[in-house]
Amino acid sequence: MNMVNLKINNIDVTVPAGTTILQAAKSVNIDIPTLCYMREINEIGACRICVVEVKGARTLVASCVYPVNEGMEVFTASPRVLNARRMTLELLLSNHNRSCLQCIRSGSCELQSLCNEYGVDNAAKYDGDKTPSVIDDSAAHMYRDNSKCILCRRCVAVCDKNQAVSVIGSNERGFATHIGSPFEALLDETSCVSCGQCVVNCPTGALFEKDSTDKVWEALSDDSKHVIVQTAPAVRSAIAEEFGNPIGTDGEGKMVAALRRLGFNGVYDTDLAADLTIIEEANELVERIQNGGKLPMITSCSPGWIKFCEYNFPDLLDNLSTCKSPQQMFGALAKTWYADKKGIDPKDIYVVSVMPCTAKKFEIGRDDQDAAGVPDVDAVITTRELARMIKRAGINFNSLADEKFDLPLGASTGAGVIFGATGGVMEAALRTAVETITGEELGNLEFTEVRGTAGIKEASYDVGGLKVKVAVASGLANAKELMKKVRSGEADYQFIEIMACPGGCVNGGGQPIVPGSVRNFEDVRGKRAAVLYNIDKNMPLRKSHDNPVLKEVYAEYFEKPGSHKAHEAFHTTYVKRSRFGTL
Amino acid sequence: MSKKSTVPFRGTKEQEEKLYEVIEKYRNIDGPLMPVLQGAQEIYGYLPIEVQKIISQELDISLEHIYGVVTFYAQFSLAPKGQYQISVCLGTACYVKGSGDILNKIKEIIGVDVGECSSDGKFSLDATRCIGACGLAPVMTINDEVFGRLTVSEIPGILAKYIN
Repeated sequence: MNMVNLKINNIDVTVPAGTTILQAAKSVNIDIPTLCYMREINEIGACRICVVEVKGARTLVASCVYPVNEGMEVFTASPRVLNARRMTLELLLSNHNRSCLQCIRSGSCELQSLCNEYGVDNAAKYDGDKTPSVIDDSAAHMYRDNSKCILCRRCVAVCDKNQAVSVIGSNERGFATHIGSPFEALLDETSCVSCGQCVVNCPTGALFEKDSTDKVWEALSDDSKHVIVQTAPAVRSAIAEEFGNPIGTDGEGKMVAALRRLGFNGVYDTDLAADLTIIEEANELVERIQNGGKLPMITSCSPGWIKFCEYNFPDLLDNLSTCKSPQQMFGALAKTWYADKKGIDPKDIYVVSVMPCTAKKFEIGRDDQDAAGVPDVDAVITTRELARMIKRAGINFNSLADEKFDLPLGASTGAGVIFGATGGVMEAALRTAVETITGEELGNLEFTEVRGTAGIKEASYDVGGLKVKVAVASGLANAKELMKKVRSGEADYQFIEIMACPGGCVNGGGQPIVPGSVRNFEDVRGKRAAVLYNIDKNMPLRKSHDNPVLKEVYAEYFEKPGSHKAHEAFHTTYVKRSRFGTL
Repeated sequence: MSKKSTVPFRGTKEQEEKLYEVIEKYRNIDGPLMPVLQGAQEIYGYLPIEVQKIISQELDISLEHIYGVVTFYAQFSLAPKGQYQISVCLGTACYVKGSGDILNKIKEIIGVDVGECSSDGKFSLDATRCIGACGLAPVMTINDEVFGRLTVSEIPGILAKYIN
């Protein structure tokens, strides 16, 4: 490899040719601030906050896109650089709605923290006209408030490059430039899938989730309601970050303890419903394979993916598993079997979901998600919203002792918990499907070929003489690529797992927001996924069909997987949509 | 606020065929969008959502990306040209002679902003750069007719002819 020698702040640095100044500086622990930069997907040098001085160069250069040269001398914190950065911040503030006190991102805003760092003491220094904007509150899951937008285009980059959803971009030019949708349509008129990746990548408070915590507080104080909570697998992999713990901290035990202190009547686990999903889905897959049903069968856990498929591949909806997502299965189970067992009218059960996902807020309002005649799930809060509730209730998360989920709906297996990482559903399904097909117990439970954060993964297995070819995709741009092959007939898989968010739910749109300065240099999704695989490894039961509560559930109520009753409660339907939404 | 044109789309089969020809011509070059948009605007006179959707579908470029390009460049129009195309010169000479006030008066009377077309399709309004008739400043044109040395008070009378 061609190496280049240079000096950064008089420190000798040797890096491969083609490295940017930003990356080279990072390698010797010199941080350069960034706003618009996102590794690989938004390297546009637009915001100018990363400027540095290069000896001999006429102007300051944007270090995020400027490659190193032999003998180069770089200064990342000279007075000229610091002044330029401060002025850039002041200019950004001149067209910024500075209602920071009531901003949801106060404390986690990248603009705010840079203003503090660079000693911006007069936010109104360059005040003048402001670009006109209105808040878009049309979507089920989020708001867009362009008065706080700094036009970094990180949201545009994730929406287009990672997600291939491409419903937001920059419209108009010059001072009128703003982030919007085609023909200035509202988000819910477009083919937005509610994944929330724009929200977790926004440096400011311009994009944020619709908060449902008030609904939950209200339910908790209503004595006529039996209020229960379920937490998705990925939530435990990240919630501790909200309380200052490092990325990759397992927060399960403390989260359970905190939920109990918030006053829920039952602290339960979506992992149980993930196990239930696997049992229903594996049964569906085996049936399709044995009876010549539609293949490949594709997972249906991710509501962002489902909506993407409805918009962009309406001709392939029959390939989707008819299984509801684990969130919805949980609600359906709670309001049928559990209601029956507890002797509570389903109308009086209030199911709260804690999800790493914003699309789940859309999913609860879909048709055909009401097994007991009432909505399966009543309120969805994201990981971030739960953290806010815990803080508001004055619960000191970090000093809580670990607690365990309640029975019966808190019983789960290792197969359920790995749902939160890309490849997890596939692995869990294989553990059950292989045993179902061969009738023999599996020796090695770990299907490592489908693990890891690669965008598309493939594997084939010999299952009792039957060759099963599978694929796993995360991030909708990868899903689109894979689906084009399915459409053309080029793909010969039997089973495909697709998750909307890159890396799966651990990197969902409802997860704690990680600033660009960390996200660009750390494997956030890998570290969070490791939490889940570690939990799985230490579980006494690691196959969904071994879940003891689900054995009871089928014996007492649903007879067997795929039964008529199970179909009524746990399966759903999809709708064809136009790729242009309702535009 | 939606920027969809309020003038109903009146594209013909022939126009659509021509659009597909343009798309076929540029489909396989690097960066087909600009020439296709230019061709489409030549065919239709503007780029309504109906046309942008066809281009999006055929080139597999998102509608938002196309809309972003269309609104970036002044050469592209989202609104059709009216039966009467009014252009007010905002070149330096006209501007110092008060063409800005003329423009405002026209907007007020026909109820249409610059770059738009009235929903009955009758008037469209453009603000132009210098049209080279500085001796007549301030100047406007309605289709091929030129009106020079205008005053604001003349405008209602001139437009009345076209309104009725």
